[in-house]
Amino acid sequence: MTGTRFDVDDPAVTRFELVREGARRDGVEIVHYEPRFPIPGTKAERRVERTVAMMFLLAGGAATAFLVAYIWWPYQYEAGANLTKLYTPVLGLTLALTLAGISFGVIIWAKRLLPHEVAVEKRHVGGSPADERKLTAASLVNIVDETDVARRPLLKFAVVAGLLPVGAVAVVPLVGGLLKNPHNPDALLHTGFAPGVRLVRKDMSPIRPEDVSVGGVETVFPGIPGGTTNEYADSPTLLFHLRDEDAAAAARSANADPVNKDSMYLNFVAYSKICTHAGCPASLYEQQTHKLLCPCHQSQFKVTENARPVFGPATRPLPMLPITVDADGFFAAKSDYKVPIGPGFWERS
Amino acid sequence: MSAKRRRKFDLKAVPGSVAGRLDDDLHIASPLRKIMNKVFPDHWSFLLGEIALWSFVILLLTGTFLTFFFDPSMEEVVYNGSYVPLRGVTMSRAFESSLEISFDVRGGLFIRQMHHWSALIFMAGIIVHMFRTFFTGAFRRPRELNWIIGVMLFWLGFTEGFAGYSLPDDALSGTGLRIANAIVMSVPVIGSWAASSLFGGEFPGTVIVPRLYILHVLLVPAILVALITAHLVLLLLQKHTQWPGPGRTNHNVVGERMVPRYAAKMGGFFMMVFAVTALMGGLFQINPIWLFGPYEASVVSAASQPDWYVMFLDGSTRLFPAWEIRAFGYTVPPLFWPTVMLPGILTVLPALYPYIEARFVKDKSVHHLLQRPRDVPTRTALGAMAIAFYVVLLLSGGNDVIADKFDISLNATTWMGRIGLLLLPPLAFWAVYRICLGLQQHDREVLAHGVETGIIRRLPDGRFVEIHQPLSAKELEYAGWAVPKKMNRLGALVPTVRGFFFPLEKPAPTPVSPAPQRQAIESAEEIESRH
Repeated sequence: MTGTRFDVDDPAVTRFELVREGARRDGVEIVHYEPRFPIPGTKAERRVERTVAMMFLLAGGAATAFLVAYIWWPYQYEAGANLTKLYTPVLGLTLALTLAGISFGVIIWAKRLLPHEVAVEKRHVGGSPADERKLTAASLVNIVDETDVARRPLLKFAVVAGLLPVGAVAVVPLVGGLLKNPHNPDALLHTGFAPGVRLVRKDMSPIRPEDVSVGGVETVFPGIPGGTTNEYADSPTLLFHLRDEDAAAAARSANADPVNKDSMYLNFVAYSKICTHAGCPASLYEQQTHKLLCPCHQSQFKVTENARPVFGPATRPLPMLPITVDADGFFAAKSDYKVPIGPGFWERS
Repeated sequence: MSAKRRRKFDLKAVPGSVAGRLDDDLHIASPLRKIMNKVFPDHWSFLLGEIALWSFVILLLTGTFLTFFFDPSMEEVVYNGSYVPLRGVTMSRAFESSLEISFDVRGGLFIRQMHHWSALIFMAGIIVHMFRTFFTGAFRRPRELNWIIGVMLFWLGFTEGFAGYSLPDDALSGTGLRIANAIVMSVPVIGSWAASSLFGGEFPGTVIVPRLYILHVLLVPAILVALITAHLVLLLLQKHTQWPGPGRTNHNVVGERMVPRYAAKMGGFFMMVFAVTALMGGLFQINPIWLFGPYEASVVSAASQPDWYVMFLDGSTRLFPAWEIRAFGYTVPPLFWPTVMLPGILTVLPALYPYIEARFVKDKSVHHLLQRPRDVPTRTALGAMAIAFYVVLLLSGGNDVIADKFDISLNATTWMGRIGLLLLPPLAFWAVYRICLGLQQHDREVLAHGVETGIIRRLPDGRFVEIHQPLSAKELEYAGWAVPKKMNRLGALVPTVRGFFFPLEKPAPTPVSPAPQRQAIESAEEIESRH
């Protein structure tokens, strides 16, 4: 074809020649093109054909099985070992077989039956031709020329000064709508505890000193409406009943601390359960070493030493809740926590 | 002659006339053919990005299904559904509707699990694709912009995944949100304001799940779709990179036209990714929220791990020492560095890497040919260093599980991570650098002296030498492409007889020494089995 113009209407031109010419016009040269099976109908070809057919039939069979299972298999949860437990696995298996059948069918067809070809496409390295660039650049610069801002300083000023606030209009309401002051009310400093608020269990039942076994620990909440729910996510507290010698050590260090002074009640001490690192509940207590571990990032706090951090990323001790026993003999808070509970933030000194 | 006779309807002419009409109106014959004739190079490593692409499609499909049943409300309800163990438990409506999807919607659990697995595969696809792009130098000029889009896609996928993970409001996701709140709080100056604004007050509040929901189903997916489209359009405009090889230059693309073969293979690969996802969604349980229960601020269990792509940040948080800056009545909490600063660095540094490397090697030229990792030892070693850093963080994200399963002290695993984080990356750099040089040297050796044959010859003076098969009469130049290292790559071994139940071809004659030429063997076979 080289040299002569390709005639698309020439009846002698085969379809593949048209394809090749089309590709050529698109900058693609088909340099190698050969059928997978030059002699049609050989054993090997029929074998590939059968494999592909089998894949599609497998897909069809599995799809039917999927539909049957989806419609008739019992799907709603029932307790105990029963067929419902197999509903999801059966769906997964049949759908996977369906899709795998299509996948293998199509891929084997493409790789083993479609002609093998090598095509080469030209690639332009670098930018557009220099004249094209110049024309486009001129069109762009012309925009500025037409507005003539250089000659009209007043307009320049007016556009900048006038549209700057307009841009802010697009942004400010979105941020403004979301904006919420964390210090009004100062939620970061307060929990559900207040003078006289009882320490209660999850079921709102109050606790007497004798309810907590020696060496034991109990998660307690403020005994106010909603105090045990996520509404007071900052309030969960751990109430420890220490052994005599541990309690003595704890009391010594508590009383040496200006904040925790007089916050224990006999051998009982209460610390915030909310880790001062990232706010997870520090919930694993090792009685023998008096260490409290937060499972999220493994900060460890020494319960007998003002719950100071002894390992891991936490930097501050768990705040101590000042506790006492009220007239009815139930545990109650003497006051709220004296320092902010939970993770640190910028304006926390 | 009846004028009323109905014109004969010619079914065969329909496609032609429809196509003609379409082109008349839209003028698309040339652009359509141009697209169809687009040449794509073929290599297995080019499929890694497709894993991410197809997973994204699966995510859109399964996610749409889930939106029909999920209710992001934080309203408190008492569960009374079909899962008996949780009956009577107070929970949010979001958690209740997640339970309904799992137990009462026909096929709901299957789709939910597929959605979750697919998200994990999506992120894994992005990361392995990124490795491929990095180690082969595909990010170099002119593809820096597409590389940056890729980095953004990673973090968007990360955000999208975390938002989705948080929606069911179960014990695990609530804990994740608790930490996210603390992370936002840790940002200097604006932290408490930002956290309070995002959560609508104190943690947890009642707006965060609905807000994450709209983020998860609308905002982030929209940006993802836009960026993925841009990613692919840039790929089409710039054309795919290719490996060096016979006939392949910086000025062409050698491969096959998009239709039909390449498109068929792509479609088949989509089905394969889909099939694997379906199998995992059906057979492998993931995120069984009914076992975790609803979120309660006072409850967490050990081995609370996030999804795998978040785990490296969990690891960095665990490893970071208890360093807090307190000055002038203000605090920078320790959480800030491993969870805000580190991701910041991990965004900026990779995004700028193409420019940094170009500056260092003083290379401003345009590259469309890929590099073998061994040929760029410094980059490959840097990549290995990054992977070592990442893997230490990833493993540290599960150090409590490691400590438990291997019976090691928990604190010891933390220290192992801290030391490993400083020690292993340089070690990986050194080792990989040496390996690259060794591989390079071996390539050159084979090109100069030939392939080891395994045949030992005894020389008259008693020495034993191995005979090498030279690749060519004269010494060959290294061309940046794989060098045959084994005799069977040169056709020394006869092909095995094909056929499962019966031989499809005549068995080759028993090999004699010296081995016959490959051509001699092939001509004896049936022609049909070869192409």
